[in-house]
Amino acid sequence: MPPQTSFQTKRSWRDLLFDARVRGWAAQVLTLAVLAYVVFFLASNAATNMRALGISSGFGFLGQEASFDISMTLVDYDLTDTHAKVFLVGALNTLLVSVLGILAATALGILIGIGRLSDNWLVAKLSLAYVEVFRNLPLLFQILFWYGLVLLWPKVRDSIAIGNSVFINNRGIEIPRLVFEEGSGLVGGALLIGLIVAYGVRRWAHRLHDQEGKTVPGLPLVMIAIAVGLPLLVALVLQFPWSYDLPVRKGFNYKGGISIPTSLVALWFSLTVYTGAFIAEIVRSGIAAVAPGQSEAAASLGLRSGMTMRLVVLPQALRVIVPPLISQYLNLTKNSSLAVAIGYPDLVNVFSGTSLNQTGQAIEVILMTMAFYLAISLTISLGMNIYNTRVAMKGGAPR
Amino acid sequence: MSPSESVYPRGEHPDLAPPIREAGAAHWLRKNLFSSVGNGVITVLLGAVLVWSLSKLLVWALLTADFTGDSLKACTSAGACWAVVTDRFAQYWFGFFYPSEAYWRPLLAFALLGPALAPWLFELKRFSGPLKVFSLAYPLLAYWLMHGGVGLAVITTDLWGGFALTVVIGVTGIVVSLPIGILLALARQSELPVIRLCSVIFIEFIRGVPLITLLFVASFLLPLFLPEGMNFDKLVRVLIMVTLFSAAYMAEVVRGGLQAIPKGQIEAARALGLGYWQTMLQIVLPQALKIVIPGIVNTFIGLFKDTSLVAIVGLFDLLGLTQTILKDVAWIGSFVEAFLFIGLVYWVCCFAMSRYSQTLERRLDTGHRSND
Repeated sequence: MPPQTSFQTKRSWRDLLFDARVRGWAAQVLTLAVLAYVVFFLASNAATNMRALGISSGFGFLGQEASFDISMTLVDYDLTDTHAKVFLVGALNTLLVSVLGILAATALGILIGIGRLSDNWLVAKLSLAYVEVFRNLPLLFQILFWYGLVLLWPKVRDSIAIGNSVFINNRGIEIPRLVFEEGSGLVGGALLIGLIVAYGVRRWAHRLHDQEGKTVPGLPLVMIAIAVGLPLLVALVLQFPWSYDLPVRKGFNYKGGISIPTSLVALWFSLTVYTGAFIAEIVRSGIAAVAPGQSEAAASLGLRSGMTMRLVVLPQALRVIVPPLISQYLNLTKNSSLAVAIGYPDLVNVFSGTSLNQTGQAIEVILMTMAFYLAISLTISLGMNIYNTRVAMKGGAPR
Repeated sequence: MSPSESVYPRGEHPDLAPPIREAGAAHWLRKNLFSSVGNGVITVLLGAVLVWSLSKLLVWALLTADFTGDSLKACTSAGACWAVVTDRFAQYWFGFFYPSEAYWRPLLAFALLGPALAPWLFELKRFSGPLKVFSLAYPLLAYWLMHGGVGLAVITTDLWGGFALTVVIGVTGIVVSLPIGILLALARQSELPVIRLCSVIFIEFIRGVPLITLLFVASFLLPLFLPEGMNFDKLVRVLIMVTLFSAAYMAEVVRGGLQAIPKGQIEAARALGLGYWQTMLQIVLPQALKIVIPGIVNTFIGLFKDTSLVAIVGLFDLLGLTQTILKDVAWIGSFVEAFLFIGLVYWVCCFAMSRYSQTLERRLDTGHRSND
């Protein structure tokens, strides 16, 4: 055999070794193999360990009676209910504090964010101080701090009363509950119709403006009058078909009304204050990102400052603001899991805490908890992507 | 022709002093605090609230406060009782059980952290090279100082606590999560589908769940998944989770930088015959990382704040330790003072880091971006 052939075989081996595609495949196969081994290793260990501990895997425990009490539930729950019900109760409590927190944090964040841009020096500096203080303290620290302060409120016996309907004590805040009576459905229906009619009027006014250049004077007032006036009228005719269930102290507790436990108050407040600081920065940078030429151009076209804000600055600022804002909402929802530190019965607390300890089904319980948060995250990311494509289509990204 | 133009050549007239209404303290006040009636009212109201609350705070925290004592009862004044801080002062920094004769060891490790970080944080004119070598050796040195062995008495990790533990978790997480995060970001940009998919799943999974559930995995699940006899101590388990958590966020920050590098850079490197790793390490990453340094520092701040979560799984970091102190009969009721103190410690650390990130942002902003 001539030496050249052996030289060629050698070279083709070298080529194979340095071929990008071959290397790519090799790397991928290797990764898969390592992953498969790790999964097998962990799973076989888990199987051995669980057999040794006498734990059976599976989701059968969800049907077992939970037989522990939960301090706050949005749906009916008692000791005979199952662990599946515990999951539902915990998930609803998580969603409750998240939604409350998101609403309050958005309002606070917008207020502080605009305050940062105020031409009043004191307002701007105080807003800056707020942001710098609350952004740079660990959230868990803040939750424990506010919870500690809330516990310093007076005892039930010495509750602070606001009128005869709101009571504040170290167990929580008692507020009246609205009780709907016969006919309140009609008021609700009237409200719905009022809203629809108001929206119709708005569309009509806009079309009038676009086609004939005429404006309807006091359009917002007209809309409010329709949307509020109609249900109010129906309520008047029906002599206000609702009543208030007031909290009344019976011994060491309050009966009636709605009781907001201190843990919820503290958690809500801390999530609001903490996330509000981040939202303030997002709002500030969003407004600052709109080039000043935009509002100058609007002004030279004759738009008043309110219209400039509403029609020119805000739509552009929102494109910058919304994506990080949504990720703050996600953070808030995930951060609500710190409830476990102060005993607010959220999902992590009652399910990953109490249910896990009772059943010992650590793997299933933690997987289910993670799946809950993952589902929220992925849903919102999906919505986010849809929003992004929609604003992008309208006129291109701001930069 | 006006007289001034006849005296001075065109365009060289010296600047005149601004009109009296447009300068000085009175002008500043009018412009910034009392520009309109509404603004004036807001200024007066806010100012009054501010002065009132600050003076109250000053009286409570300093003027009528007690600074020493061995329990809350020892404080007799009307104001704050800082005895909970002064009496246990060393424990806040070193934990309950770290032997006091060895306090110099974490102190020295902490002091050496400065020179170890300096060459990476600042542009040093001298000693940059030797200091970088030192910082590579630093993790081992710090571990040796804190933990002992080889000539030093061994202090096991369950004895660590307080601010020292907070810094250990924070610094370890920061140092280890950066390279992992870079690798994950590269994997997510990779052309190999399996690698990319693995990275995407990992990043999105970690970012989709709260850190506390991962810490639960560390304390409940990890022992279950390891063979009998093979069990790390709790601190290591927690460190792994904190690091992985932080790495996923780091990966997204780095990815932002990678996406900002023009494709031409990679193509040029390829055209010069550089391989994948050469392209990444010598061309792409140096540019990408420079852009995202502020984002990286922000992730570090988040990680530092998140170290407090280890208190929930029973480690005695600064926050967990303080909660334990406050359960002591002698200190029940000293909660506000103790929390204000550790709050200040946390705040100074985070604020310093965020200030550093802001200066860096200004220094790195060399004006290449179009709108800012």
